[in-house]
Amino acid sequence: MKKEEISVCILRVGGTNCDAETKRAFDDLGVKAKIVHLNVIIKKGNLLNYSAIVIPGGFSYGDYVRAGAIWAKEVSVKLGSELQKFAEAGRPILGICNGFQVLVEAGLLPGFEGISKYPEAALATNVPIGYYCGWVYVKHENRGKCIFTQKIPKGKALRIPVAHAEGRFIFSKENENAYLKRLCDNDQLVFRYCDENSEPANGEYPVNPNGASYDIAGICNPSGTIFGLMPHPERAHYGWQLPDWTKRERMPKYGDGRLIFESMVECIKEK
Amino acid sequence: MSIGLCMKRNVPFELTDINLLDANDKQLLQISKELGIGLSLIEMKSIQKYFSKKERNPTDVELQTIGQMWSEHCFHKTFKGDIVSPDEKLIISNMFKEYIAKATKELDLPWCLSVFEDNAGIVDFEDDCAIAVKVETHNHPAAIEPFGGAATGTGGVIRDILGVWAAPIACTDVLCFGPLDYNHGKLPVGTKHPKYIFRGVVAGIGHYGNNMGIPTVNGAIYFDESYVGNVVVYCGCVGILPMSKFVKDTKPGDLAVLAGGRTGRDGIHGVTFASAELTKESEEVSRSAVQIANPIEEEKIKRAIIEIRNQELGSAITDLGGGGLSCAVGEMAHRSNCGVYVELEKVLLKYPGMAPWEIHVSESQERMLLSVSEKNLEKVLAIFKSEDVEATRVGRFTEDHTLKVHYRGHTVADLDLYFLFAPPRTRRIAKWKPSNYVEPAIAEPADLTQDLLEVLSSANVASKECVIRTYDHEVKGNTVLKPLQGKYGGPNDAAVIKPLTDSWRGVVISCGMNPNYGKIDPYWMAASAIDEAIRNNVSVGGRRISLLDNFTWGSPEKPDRLGGLTRACKACYDFAKAFGTPFISGKDSLYNESPLGPVTPTLLITAIGIIPDVRKTVSVDVKKPGNLIYLVGQTYPELGGSEYYRLKGYVGKTVPKVRIEQARKTMNSITNAIDSGYVKSCHDLSEGGLAVAAAEMALSGDYGIELNLKNVPKSNDLRRNDHVLFSESNSRFLVEVAEKNREDFEKLMEGNIFSAVGRVKKRDILSVNGIDGEQIVDVRLTGLRNAWKRAFGGKT
Repeated sequence: MKKEEISVCILRVGGTNCDAETKRAFDDLGVKAKIVHLNVIIKKGNLLNYSAIVIPGGFSYGDYVRAGAIWAKEVSVKLGSELQKFAEAGRPILGICNGFQVLVEAGLLPGFEGISKYPEAALATNVPIGYYCGWVYVKHENRGKCIFTQKIPKGKALRIPVAHAEGRFIFSKENENAYLKRLCDNDQLVFRYCDENSEPANGEYPVNPNGASYDIAGICNPSGTIFGLMPHPERAHYGWQLPDWTKRERMPKYGDGRLIFESMVECIKEK
Repeated sequence: MSIGLCMKRNVPFELTDINLLDANDKQLLQISKELGIGLSLIEMKSIQKYFSKKERNPTDVELQTIGQMWSEHCFHKTFKGDIVSPDEKLIISNMFKEYIAKATKELDLPWCLSVFEDNAGIVDFEDDCAIAVKVETHNHPAAIEPFGGAATGTGGVIRDILGVWAAPIACTDVLCFGPLDYNHGKLPVGTKHPKYIFRGVVAGIGHYGNNMGIPTVNGAIYFDESYVGNVVVYCGCVGILPMSKFVKDTKPGDLAVLAGGRTGRDGIHGVTFASAELTKESEEVSRSAVQIANPIEEEKIKRAIIEIRNQELGSAITDLGGGGLSCAVGEMAHRSNCGVYVELEKVLLKYPGMAPWEIHVSESQERMLLSVSEKNLEKVLAIFKSEDVEATRVGRFTEDHTLKVHYRGHTVADLDLYFLFAPPRTRRIAKWKPSNYVEPAIAEPADLTQDLLEVLSSANVASKECVIRTYDHEVKGNTVLKPLQGKYGGPNDAAVIKPLTDSWRGVVISCGMNPNYGKIDPYWMAASAIDEAIRNNVSVGGRRISLLDNFTWGSPEKPDRLGGLTRACKACYDFAKAFGTPFISGKDSLYNESPLGPVTPTLLITAIGIIPDVRKTVSVDVKKPGNLIYLVGQTYPELGGSEYYRLKGYVGKTVPKVRIEQARKTMNSITNAIDSGYVKSCHDLSEGGLAVAAAEMALSGDYGIELNLKNVPKSNDLRRNDHVLFSESNSRFLVEVAEKNREDFEKLMEGNIFSAVGRVKKRDILSVNGIDGEQIVDVRLTGLRNAWKRAFGGKT
């Protein structure tokens, strides 16, 4: 697909609030992205006209019940078959923060056996409890399956901010070990919280800002085309967004977050 | 209501005629009290006279409407009234016009696009793009229900920004609490513990801003005993709008459209509650005056309003705040010289059974009022619907200058807007009495390391990181300079936002507040707050600064409180004028009195500047060992109200003053030095003076600093090391300059009082040599950091 033919759908509902800066990231890469209300997609039934879907950050429907749960239900009920077709065709779906929560609640991630009827994991309340906004490092752990990190060397630590109150990635106790193994064996593990030297956080706060199991910050589905992460790459897209750019002799042009959007666009182009 | 004073109308809903015409003085006051509208006898008599001419009694809807409009909260009658001395000599008439707005008028700056007119002040930004700013107080609600009070404070100020067609880009919050370790046993009945209030307020602020996706980027938290009974909550919002789309032109025939959340019984009499003192019964009596917040509703309204603005479908807009619908429709009609006809039954309700007066004055949140021409109505309603927002037409604007309210076929109110907007002028007595504080006699410690660590870990100076991290300050991805700098969370003096994708121009947001100085003299407190807000802005690269004033004061009916207020307002005029920094908006909250007494007079000054290129922004952290540290500005023995004196258990008398000629020159020179690229890091000197400023620069940059007090530019009467280190004299900056820029910088600073006072060191130690060269401070950066961070974190 030629770059100018790409058309990214940035979905939103009431409470979505990171759509504009997400669109800006694609604009910067010269890729057409459109912010579309879920009501409009449902009405027009044109989801399959898009090359990729991004579910951006925010507090969809106030994050009542559980973060992302209401939107996930709505998507499953009103858009389920189209979304399934979209996913099965291998078109990229990216969920950032609230979007990650939606993908997990909707059963698209980790999606060991395709879209699951019930969530297989959860993004639980942070430990320590409460909203946390700050910059973290995440280590790229993927061996090559995830299409969203193709341009990122394995082992590289990316510096990206998080901002959430429910980001603690967990499996249920009884499945934890088996699912973690599966995640690693399938090459579904993408990002883990680490320190600036790429050493694992080992659950230590605030290097791991939410107490996520195995320091997990982002995972993909078995085919690598659906990806969710808690940190906000769109807030680390430009050099001037970095928390200490004033310390550098020269301001870097871009931040690490841009690599994710670049990888995603490259992969769509190659299709 | 008492029998004899009212008569229920024989209609299928609750409507009461109030027997005003026959009421004597005592009964007039009784009516005011029983309706909960808090009007004075003079005001009630003026209403009586109005209805005598009309030859009829008012309905409850009418009296309630007047009560809202004439409340201190809505009309600011103290600021607009006469202030006289105890012997009845006029001190000032209309303090708002003669002090606050006068500086703006006299400065007459072309970039002030709309000031004191609308819900928010508007200044030019770039091309067609303008910036709208508003800061609100929400003290009374937060005292009763901290979470809801703070959340709706933020929600309300965001609606003020939407109310000038602007899209919000940043929020601010400045909070004052009683000490978190306050003795439970000393709390009077009905007063909540500061820790409870603190937790609720912080959570409430975060709840609204985070959920709506507006970064909370600047603020302050201040602790003092006087806030135990009177918590102070300032919520600010900055927005951006294309000026060519700013429309405020309601025409007769236009329709009134009410959009957003449904109307309920939450927030009844919020304004009258906010215009009275807190008592031990406040929670029982006024709990329903606090509204319920729903930030997601407001996020949806925001989207719809921006779309309506872009398509130019509305003719005017305002938010529903204090006084609810009654104030919003009245004001919209009045400012466009129209009348309005309201069909109250069309208002969508949360539940049935509300009386017309309740619907009319309810302050339920997340509601906006638009005037829309008939031809655009369908499009406007469709836009709201597409965002899942309920909107409905509730009336029509008319030719005559009246407010007519109908409910189920009955006229329930018919008032002349000229009458409604012309309450009798209040006359209040002011008496200023200088404070009795004296300068304390404290022995000068030989080693000041311990004092520095204690000041750093005091509640007002210590890092507020644990609070700031609970606010999303990065959402929208435009925060160029963050409240927390880099790895160690250094305390930047101001926030910088880059609101436009295609421009490097930035908005600079800062604040200044010195309540402790007000205990000595409110005049110099106000002057210091203005100086602090401006120098915070300047130190990161801001200029072309405009100001907002927010007063939190005790009861204006008590002459000593009003005496202090008058002095503070005078300073606002004097220093806004002299600095060339106009006031563009403001808000006052009076009657902050509780069983524990009045609040410490607290003036918040918010400063909004611009920086032409955000890439020139300067942060607080020192950058490179070997660089020089300059102190710009003169240090005086001014420790009255300082954190050092507080640590020693005193207030003192020598309150910091502002020497305007020198101050103005200093600010301009710092801006020039930043533009020339000579400034590697910069920090203003405020609470804790030179010692704290140097410590914060070092601990956030992770390099040591060596200071020599012998080189500090100081007045002749300043001879003690502790005074040099901890004096809080205004208009001072610490500036890091590279050795290679030494000559250029010094040349540029000619005409200023300044001197190189130290150097950045590779070794991670802050060391200070006293006036006679002896070492008086020697401490590792980790020690500074521990004191600065752990102190506060441990208490919450």
